[in-house]
Amino acid sequence: MTGYMDRTGWALTLGLVVLIVVNFFIPEWFRAILLLSLARGAVALGLLVLWRCGLISFGHALFYGFGAYTVALIVKYLGITDAFFTVACGVVVAGGFAWILGFLLRRYRGIFFALLNLAFSMILYGVLAKLESLGSTDGISLEQTTYLWYAPEGAANKTALFFFAAIMTWGVAMAVHHYLRSTLGYMTTAVRENEIRLEFLGYSAERAIHVKYTISGLVGGFGGAIAAMTIGHVDPDSMAYWPISGDFVFIAILSGTGNVGAPFIGALIYELIRTYAFEQFPGIWQLIMGGTLLIIIMFLPNGLWSLVDRWNKRRADRNRLEAEREEA
Amino acid sequence: MSVVLNVQGLEKSFGAVVAAHNINVTIEQGETVGVIGANGAGKTTFVNMVTGYLPPTDGKIEFLGRDIRGRSVRQITRLGLCRSFQVPQVFLSESVFDNLMISFGIAERDGLGLLGALMRGDRADRVDRHLIRYQIADYRNVAASALPQGVRKLLDIAMATVRNPKLLMLDEPTSGISVEEKFGIMDILMQALKEEETTVLFIEHDMEIVERYVSRVLAFSQGEIICDAPTEQAMVDPLVQEFVIGKEYHRARSGNGSGDEAGGGEAG
Repeated sequence: MTGYMDRTGWALTLGLVVLIVVNFFIPEWFRAILLLSLARGAVALGLLVLWRCGLISFGHALFYGFGAYTVALIVKYLGITDAFFTVACGVVVAGGFAWILGFLLRRYRGIFFALLNLAFSMILYGVLAKLESLGSTDGISLEQTTYLWYAPEGAANKTALFFFAAIMTWGVAMAVHHYLRSTLGYMTTAVRENEIRLEFLGYSAERAIHVKYTISGLVGGFGGAIAAMTIGHVDPDSMAYWPISGDFVFIAILSGTGNVGAPFIGALIYELIRTYAFEQFPGIWQLIMGGTLLIIIMFLPNGLWSLVDRWNKRRADRNRLEAEREEA
Repeated sequence: MSVVLNVQGLEKSFGAVVAAHNINVTIEQGETVGVIGANGAGKTTFVNMVTGYLPPTDGKIEFLGRDIRGRSVRQITRLGLCRSFQVPQVFLSESVFDNLMISFGIAERDGLGLLGALMRGDRADRVDRHLIRYQIADYRNVAASALPQGVRKLLDIAMATVRNPKLLMLDEPTSGISVEEKFGIMDILMQALKEEETTVLFIEHDMEIVERYVSRVLAFSQGEIICDAPTEQAMVDPLVQEFVIGKEYHRARSGNGSGDEAGGGEAG
């Protein structure tokens, strides 16, 4: 129950090892899909943190956009291409804005919280699309990413970015997992069901939400930063427009809130479905996406992770039955 | 004996409605005080003001010698003035164990300490001891939504006492509990509170409970304290009989020689 390496910790580490190994066997297009899945999965992980206490944001492209544009602007104006520095800045800027907005948003619940997020994300979209110095609708192209003193070229560049993103995402997922198991992280049902009792236990529900929102912004910024480096280009339509926020909600519904690993699996499945739907049925690919969402909501209302929960439960039941049989 | 709570000249009005007028109360350590009064007399308003949930219009509230008027609910809770609720306020979809786990987690840590892991072995042991003290260990893994009302009440009070409060305020601990159960629940409760030497103030409508468990009575009527006396004295106070207990109970109690027992027997 205690310690950093519980089952989820080991599973995440195993996932990292698998990613590093498969890197040498996969085609370029699939590596790009994996990278995008890590980026978008991170934003969905931010949604998971909020979702557990009953809050949903329809505007998380806001933090995705902050993360991505921070990286692009640092490359453009400061000429710094170091991945560690730019990603750290993206995370801090997105998290900082989440912290500032949190003072307002922590007072809202339900649909008001969801739509206020949408409103802020569209303000960012408007600013990015209008300002010439921020690239306007054309966006900004990034230069080749470097890693401290290592400046890879050609194919090595893809591998370096993939390793960097995989290891960083592993760290982010571990940190969020640790947070979710802390006293503060366990204030989920408490916030969702009974804020008054939480106050009378001695903690502020609003402060708990503020912390969750800031964490969700930090993680969202991380996802945006990775996405910017993966695509090599940022523009308002693919980083901050409202359908992007919709994608994150889609991934969150698809994944479920059961585990910090779920959003990454969900994001990968989402990317695969979308890629194939777009390629095979270019005329009706949206229909396929909508149908998928419908099927998930109808048959797996708690997301894909509920399959794992169900399997765990079945195994526990079986073990108990066996134990009882042995006793008898 | 030191003074735990000192309330002077407390006032509260909602527009033209006066919910509290010139409330003066001093509670000393170790006391068990009962608050009685008809519906709308201002009992819960009094508790709400002292615990920081409602701002008073005027007056002074001192807890352990500190002025706590204007402080927030959670600041007052942290100082050791805790409360339970008439309608149990628990986290319904969590198990009894998890409800107490999160309560202990919040009570034991502060600030960045809240980022430490919640599910720790030593904390689980404390929760289990607490469950035994309140005799709800049989329901350890049951979701709070599936509990019988009496157990849910005990859970609510158990959650209010995780901080070892210096003063505990219980809002109608036996409301919603069946007549057969109520003494059992009160016995469990008072025993647990005695073990922790908690000073208790509880709101109660049931005069049998008041007579059995309380040493001193505060009687409220229309936002004022009409009587503040030891229990026996308060029960025969004419104002209390007129506005709170009602004539019936009073007649049965103080009629002829055997009236005392007859009154208790009928009601029980």
